Amino acid sequence: MSDILKALIEIVGERGVSNTPEELWFYSRDPGVLTPHLPDYVAAPRTTEEVRKIVLLANREKIPVVPMGNGMSLTGPVIPLKGGIVLDMKRMDKILEVNAMARYAVVEGGTSQGVLKAHLQEHYPQLRHSIPDAPPTTTIAANAALHGQGRLTQQYGFNSEMVTGLEVVLPTGEICLIGSPSLGPYWFSRGPTMPDLSALFLGWLGTTGIITKIGLRLYPNKKIRDVELFVTDRVDLIPDILYKLTHLEILEDVNVWFQPKPLMFQGNFHITLYFTGDTEEEVTFKRRMVWDALQEYMDSKDGGFMSVQYMKEMLMEMPQRGIADFADVPKGGGFEYSGPITIIEHFPRYAAKVVELAAKYNVLYASSARLISGGHCMMFSISFAFNRNDPAMMTRVKHALDEATAFALEMGGIPWKPNFMEQKMTMEKMDKNALKLLQMIKKNLDPQGIMNPGNWEVN
Amino acid sequence: MAYAHTIEHAEIVHRCFRCGYCKFPSDYVDFNCPSYKAFGWDTYSPGGRMWLIRAWLNDEIKTSPHFAEILYSCVACDNCKNQCVFPKFRDFLPDIFQEARAELVNEGRIPPEVRDYFKAIAVSGNPYKLPQSERGKWAEGAGLQPYTNQEYLFYAGCVGSYDEVGQKMARSVGKLLADAGVSAGILGSEEACDGSEVKVLGEMGLFTKLAEENIGQFKAKGVKKIITLDPHALDVFKKEYPKLGGEFKVFHYTEILAGLIKEKKLALSDYPVKVTYHDPCYLGRHNQIYGPPREILKAIPGVELVEMRRNALNAFCCGGGGGNFFTDILGAGEDSAGRVRVREARDTRARIVAVACPSCAKMLSDGVKTEGLEETMEVLGIAEIIERARAKK
Repeated sequence: MSDILKALIEIVGERGVSNTPEELWFYSRDPGVLTPHLPDYVAAPRTTEEVRKIVLLANREKIPVVPMGNGMSLTGPVIPLKGGIVLDMKRMDKILEVNAMARYAVVEGGTSQGVLKAHLQEHYPQLRHSIPDAPPTTTIAANAALHGQGRLTQQYGFNSEMVTGLEVVLPTGEICLIGSPSLGPYWFSRGPTMPDLSALFLGWLGTTGIITKIGLRLYPNKKIRDVELFVTDRVDLIPDILYKLTHLEILEDVNVWFQPKPLMFQGNFHITLYFTGDTEEEVTFKRRMVWDALQEYMDSKDGGFMSVQYMKEMLMEMPQRGIADFADVPKGGGFEYSGPITIIEHFPRYAAKVVELAAKYNVLYASSARLISGGHCMMFSISFAFNRNDPAMMTRVKHALDEATAFALEMGGIPWKPNFMEQKMTMEKMDKNALKLLQMIKKNLDPQGIMNPGNWEVN
Repeated sequence: MAYAHTIEHAEIVHRCFRCGYCKFPSDYVDFNCPSYKAFGWDTYSPGGRMWLIRAWLNDEIKTSPHFAEILYSCVACDNCKNQCVFPKFRDFLPDIFQEARAELVNEGRIPPEVRDYFKAIAVSGNPYKLPQSERGKWAEGAGLQPYTNQEYLFYAGCVGSYDEVGQKMARSVGKLLADAGVSAGILGSEEACDGSEVKVLGEMGLFTKLAEENIGQFKAKGVKKIITLDPHALDVFKKEYPKLGGEFKVFHYTEILAGLIKEKKLALSDYPVKVTYHDPCYLGRHNQIYGPPREILKAIPGVELVEMRRNALNAFCCGGGGGNFFTDILGAGEDSAGRVRVREARDTRARIVAVACPSCAKMLSDGVKTEGLEETMEVLGIAEIIERARAKK
């Protein structure tokens, strides 16, 4: 038995560490198209102290540490590109506090979206969090760490903007509290009015530290929630439609989606509009506001509201279970997407690019854009499904996604949760002094370069 | 020599997205896969198993004791099948796991505990290695006669015949059937193992032999209808025996008792107690029998039935399925299924955990002891609870 394995067993116990071929094989990959790379060990800490000890060990032994939630980002940030220890954080899954009056929750770094949702539903039905449409096994900390989005992103911004405080194990082993919890018992602010240190850990994909606790804003859970589906075949009208809708300031969530299959959806752009209220009057009023805002498109016969009856249950689900189903359209168990953040006026050009790439690489697409912060920007998902038993198709999807990212960068967009190659493309285009700052931060926080190396790596 | 592995549903395995819905109940309150809950590695989840089986079929990983443990820690509770978001193949998940275990059996690379279970069944006819002559002892004093063409055969199964907790359950059911005048007989020392666990553990040859012998005996004796104590037997009689020519009308005892109570053939007295009911996987998820046990409990005057957080389709398994009752591959740690389930029952503040399966009874009774809850909680079969209510007449 190696000294490192012995040391890991001392820290997390025998059932908390593995170097068997089975766990190493599984934790070497994610469900996307990137090439796997084996870790040397997988460890599953239960406490912040155990995380700290593992990081100190990694520093001593100069081996990488790769924190992992559920590993469902699809773009490979949990693939241990340079081996080392994958830290499966999911055993740190406690909900530590819900402050109902201040509307925040504090959870451990491996707590899943699903468990928080169920906890709030049972104990605080008046509150909710911005649940993403990723599977419920995905973790709150990982979602925030990669600037994830959720059901309330249209209203309140990226889920990472909802963070109200962090406990982080730094790459050098110090345990650091960020935001109001660094001053007292309350987790209501990540930074303001102090310097916002949380930015050193959000978006860095685990390269600057390991989130062991996270505070998250909660929001009112209205008694009634409803959905409308507006359809148009005029892609050029989408930005204006979205602009008018966001002007209302009443919508919970807005998604625009288009896909060639099933055929009933082909050629149309579907705008799913969610709104909430505490009374039927409030909901009816909001529905009328939405209809009024889009009346001109109905008058000109450029669009109309579609019956949602047969899809309503699926549309109302949180998370939407049907989204994962896209992976099985080519009977193959996989899809991956590039999800650049961009401005809504670029929607038609991105839409054209998706169709172009799907034809060029002979792959199946589905596309969905979610509005962020009242339309200040959107996440435009360029999704391609693949058959995991067809390596050639997986390669075509990879090339299509690379080209999508290059296109997004040309258009002035920002890749979302970029894979290591996309990070390189992004850094090549980045302002040189901004890149230098990024390098300075990384070097100072992680002098030995042990945290998720290969990602956000500036040489 | 390299062993080329193959399974019947190999063409489906790569379609798992490993999204993890299969780990949860439908409201996501906690992990609902007992082996994932107990071991904590993704490899022990249904999605993890699917991915590893694919790697194993592709020869990217080899058969190993650890791989065998991963496959045999599955308790066949069917939660994954019900929660998977892929309707086109989710029904095959338990089959795929069973086929992979069968392949390990063929290769001769199974865990020692599983091997010992098969040997005990093959040599002694039961997992307890007890004499066949003792198989019918549970029925002493129950008032049931040997089966001689009565309307029903009451089948006790291995746990009901040999395990102390199971025997009590079987005796209670037997007494109630006799008291209500149901025309039912037992096979006693002629009864043989139903083979349910043998099948799920992957020894298909032994299973076929057991099933064919049982079918032959049932037919020779003119059996048309069977009442089972054990939901595992119910499941295999209903779903597997017909494939081998054994068509019988099969009932779980709670279905029969619920009918007798409705027909007022079993008088019930006041029994004021708070009860929570644990759905056995093989009665509930496997066979969609959720109502009769609850109808019985609700019919007892004074019984307050409270549900656990996870119940019916979303019930958390006791950890005894998939042969784990005998092989104990899940172990008895803090996150073992039996202990987790008992803590969930404790949260209801119920005095009694009602069960309808002898394996669940044993697993949860052990959980109560380990959790130190013997003073406040007891585990009883549905028929035992009815007997208590009747004793108060």
